[in-house]
Amino acid sequence: MIPAPFDYAAPNTLAEAFALLEQHGDDAKILAGGHSLIPMMKLRFASPAFLVDINNIPGLSYIREEDGYLRIGAMAREADLDHSELIRSRYPIFTDASKLIADPQVRNMGTIGGNIAHGDAANDHPAVMLAMRAEVVISSAEGQRTVPIDEFFYGFYMTAVQQNEILTEIRIPIPPAGTGNAYHKLERKVGDYATAGVAVQITVDGKGFCTYAGIGLTNVNPTPMRAARSEEALLGQKMTEEAIAEAARLAAEDCNPSDDLRGDEEYKRAMVGVLTRRMIHKALERARR
Amino acid sequence: MKNPSEEQSSMQEKKGVSRRAFLRGAGLTTAGTVALSAGLLSFKLEDAKAPPAILGPGEAEVRFVVNGQARTIWVEPRTTLAEALREHLSLTGAKVVCDRGSCSACTVWVDGKPVNSCITLAVDVSGREVTTIEGLAQGDELHPVQEAFIEHDASMCGFCTPGMVMSCAALLKRNPNPGLEDVKLATSGNLCRCGTYPKVFEATLAAAKKMKK
Ligand SMILES: Cc1cc2nc3c(=O)[nH]c(=O)nc-3n(C[C@H](O)[C@H](O)[C@H](O)COP(=O)(O)OP(=O)(O)OC[C@H]3O[C@@H](n4cnc5c(N)ncnc54)[C@H](O)[C@@H]3O)c2cc1C
Ligand code: FES
Ligand code: FES
Repeated sequence: MIPAPFDYAAPNTLAEAFALLEQHGDDAKILAGGHSLIPMMKLRFASPAFLVDINNIPGLSYIREEDGYLRIGAMAREADLDHSELIRSRYPIFTDASKLIADPQVRNMGTIGGNIAHGDAANDHPAVMLAMRAEVVISSAEGQRTVPIDEFFYGFYMTAVQQNEILTEIRIPIPPAGTGNAYHKLERKVGDYATAGVAVQITVDGKGFCTYAGIGLTNVNPTPMRAARSEEALLGQKMTEEAIAEAARLAAEDCNPSDDLRGDEEYKRAMVGVLTRRMIHKALERARR
Repeated sequence: MKNPSEEQSSMQEKKGVSRRAFLRGAGLTTAGTVALSAGLLSFKLEDAKAPPAILGPGEAEVRFVVNGQARTIWVEPRTTLAEALREHLSLTGAKVVCDRGSCSACTVWVDGKPVNSCITLAVDVSGREVTTIEGLAQGDELHPVQEAFIEHDASMCGFCTPGMVMSCAALLKRNPNPGLEDVKLATSGNLCRCGTYPKVFEATLAAAKKMKK
């Protein structure tokens, strides 16, 4: 399988990249890790006439806390997340997710920006971002704008990133004390996309009442999905077994999985329920630490 | 004559899926998005004085270091690293099996890290250092992982073996004291239809011990 021919440039600055995107319009696509894009080009699901490789642009792969946010540069690789001490010690949900994304080879190339910008509900980071209520920083020659994650995914492979823009940063509000988070997905084998995946972030106050609930679902809806009713069911509640079971039930009810080789609808709904319950428990456990 | 990319896109348009609409989300406006802050941005369009070279669609020069030697090849930008190594440099150790990133038979190191060469573009590794299975031995002396694979009979048909060895050798480079779980994780993307996994794990742990001596 060989992709259709294309022109290629690897700019050294964002400004150069913007100029190329401007110049080539709809014909251009950004190349990050290439591990979603190249396979799609081989299958001719995409045939861009021009690739703008952003790998040579320095300064886009940081992972740091600043101004109340965890800020992750779009070009941070899964392996960077895996190896980051900050992530390991303070954001275990990312370690949960990055361990489950493909295999070590793919994780050495795949970027967090590409994972989100690809706009694929089967990718794992989007649900994590929903659970943490991330903001996405999108830049262009005109400036930069910040888009809440809930307004980022438009549809199948469609996101808020416009043709002349580059996703440059993901910003996550640093969660307060009493917060825990966790992600898990059911997969048939290592490297498989999720049969179903659930990301949870919970904050509880001193009395055990829920003051924040974020629940994101992977691959059980045409777009990455927030389990909004589950979150509502937890907010302000004592985190009892009943409250958790209700949240899990609502997530299973509200998702929209389709039958495929990974399982039928009923099975996937059931798995969303199970995973939601388990991830809430795991997040609570971590919140107590 | 149409060039293949035009032909491709007109084919897709006929099927009603234009490539533009498909991936880009072109024409969508950014409903409900906020905070345009031009002032915040340090980069300006005028900064782009000398535009980067545009390569392709024909053959372009790619210079990189392969197994310690500087190499220059001429390839189309669409050429994968696997193809470049196999077809242009006659390094056929890395195997192309699934050709879509799923099996890791094509594993080589880029700047010391294992990657799937079948879904990495050759132009993308321009200026970087690539190590293939052919570059692992020092002259006639096999890498300890290669030796251990032989001693422990960790290869059957052998098709997955170069990729396996590259994954295991990369692990030992990073972690000289791996446990079984570490080896399993390092090879988790390497598929072996013959089922050599237990031997691969054994061999890698043995190689680790040997390398420490
Ligand atoms: C075998 C295999 C298994 C996989 N399994 C999983 C899995 O289990 N879970 C999972 O989440 N992912 C999985 N992936 C996908 C992998 O994580 C991809 O690397 C990731 O989805 C895309 O990141 P990338 O950097 O490779 O992006 P690319 O492939 O380079 O780009 C993807 C898309 O996003 C656009 N883009 C990239 N970066 C930017 C940017 N900064 N701004 C604007 N647009 C941008 C590109 O133009 C393209 O349309 C798998 C991939 C493979 C090959
Ligand atoms: S041939 Fe590259 S991963 Fe299978
Ligand atoms: S030895 Fe045959 S595929 Fe692994």
